[in-house]
Amino acid sequence: MKSFFGRLRKDKVGLIGFLGIFIVILIGLLSPVIAPYSPEQMFTDHTMEGPSKQFIFGTDEFGRDIFSRIIYGTQVSLKVGIIAVGIGAGCGLIFGLISGYFQGKVDQVIMRVMDVFFAFPDILLALAIVAVLGPSLTNTMIAIGIVFTPVFTRTVRAAVIAVKENEYITSAVAIGVSPLNIIFKHITPNILAPFIVQITLALSGAILTEAALSFLGLGIQPPNPSWGVMLDASRTYMEFAPWTILFPAGAIVFTIFCFNLFGDSLRDILDPKMK
Amino acid sequence: MADQQAVLEVKNLKKYFPVKEGILKRTKNHVKAVNDISFEVQEQETFALVGESGCGKSTTGRSILRIIEPSEGEVFFKGVNLLDYSKREFRKMRKDLQLIFQDPYSSLNPRMTVKKLLLEPLLTHGTTNKKEAEQKVVEIAERVGLSKEQINRHPHEFSGGQRQRISIARALILNPQLVILDEAVSALDVSIQAQILNLLIELQKDLKLTYIFISHDLNVVKHISDRVGVMYLGQMMELSNTEDLYSNPLHPYTQSLLSAIPSHDPSVKKERIILKGDVPDPANPPSGCPFHLRCPKAYEKCAMEKPAFIEKEQNHWVACHLYE
Repeated sequence: MKSFFGRLRKDKVGLIGFLGIFIVILIGLLSPVIAPYSPEQMFTDHTMEGPSKQFIFGTDEFGRDIFSRIIYGTQVSLKVGIIAVGIGAGCGLIFGLISGYFQGKVDQVIMRVMDVFFAFPDILLALAIVAVLGPSLTNTMIAIGIVFTPVFTRTVRAAVIAVKENEYITSAVAIGVSPLNIIFKHITPNILAPFIVQITLALSGAILTEAALSFLGLGIQPPNPSWGVMLDASRTYMEFAPWTILFPAGAIVFTIFCFNLFGDSLRDILDPKMK
Repeated sequence: MADQQAVLEVKNLKKYFPVKEGILKRTKNHVKAVNDISFEVQEQETFALVGESGCGKSTTGRSILRIIEPSEGEVFFKGVNLLDYSKREFRKMRKDLQLIFQDPYSSLNPRMTVKKLLLEPLLTHGTTNKKEAEQKVVEIAERVGLSKEQINRHPHEFSGGQRQRISIARALILNPQLVILDEAVSALDVSIQAQILNLLIELQKDLKLTYIFISHDLNVVKHISDRVGVMYLGQMMELSNTEDLYSNPLHPYTQSLLSAIPSHDPSVKKERIILKGDVPDPANPPSGCPFHLRCPKAYEKCAMEKPAFIEKEQNHWVACHLYE
């Protein structure tokens, strides 16, 4: 852990990403403290006002403070991102371990199912799943989790197959360690590096997918503050009230950018060949 | 050693790897890595398997331990056929049968400390008393020449020789009866090799171990083994006491192998028997004697008929038409 931060300090770009993520998480945790107003409070005599001292990012068509909505939207984005990636990473880890360790027919079946999921563009698959389950916060997370499962399965499977070639796995077999213990004690700790990198990269993808789903009206439902919902609502006004769309879009760009920067540098740091 | 009881009896062991071709992955042919091998290993002896790379000596070792499932044959360990057990039942048997690997760098899990590596075999085979187990770990670590302080380190903090000591400790902590050493010293420097070999010999005496020593290094084999089996293309060519084999090799293949041992004395002029050609493809082995294409003494019969494995002299077995 010590060497991890040591190496991160040397990687300036990664450090910026890490600090950015830290700030975003802090904003999410401290939303009620930071936001000047409730995200749903309507100032009916201040609709569609540009940025001012009272409303630093301006107000929307119902007179709600955009700054407060973005701050509270952080919570939604992070929640969806973390839980959805949790679902995807969890399922992917299990399928990938099974697939990579046992190979043969099980592997064939799992990987062909994953290939089917892979064949659809992310957003289209998420849309289809939400359309079946019905739009809500929980279903959005489930849908995004399913969409991300194949990527994790493939990442984990590839890593498992590589690790399995090591003689310490044969050594564990020779000692009589059960397959379950080999998978969890010997293989899992040695595949964590690519797995963690995939998690950081998937987090940005999940946040983006949530925004896209919400924008299309099949994700988070208004009046809940979500960056995607805000984009959707302000689409019609963006020509004469650009602040309604610029700031939520900026929040998305900033968050995704930070996650990607951090993910890329994490990949370099955790690569054992770089040590 | 002949009067002693056989701990391990390998009978007609075969391992064929399928060669799959085409879109439908149909089995077109087999690589006969181990082709009908039989031998016995006596209690507390060191039995060496030698041969050039690809002759199937490692596959033989791994088939005995069912790391690779053999295709055919029987492996009797103290009278019971190991191949009769189900995989799950056999896991319990592994306590008595251990394997030490060639590469000390990839055979230890880099994420585990030495202590965890040594505890694992004990915990796997049902030791529940943690204090007792830890005591045992310290004992065996000291036995192979590691200090008490070193056991909390990770494998990458050790040198190749020290890592091989860890591997040995890991294999021996369960008090096994048979240890298969698969090129166990081949990856080490010559000076370290000697240390590890001497450690192995000492441990064998103290713990009453039986070794199967797989190697391509004939000098090392001469030093450590009681009996030697010479393999070529998945078959046993000659099997004898170490002394007999080195002083009086019968099979032309053994003769040429021994002539290739570099001498320590540069003034001694040795007559080398240089073999022609390469080792044939084990997927398409030659007819008759597998060695006849390269044998300097081959005649018509060698290409037609596979020689039987016969006891030419007492305890000196050979598979060659010259001695029939």
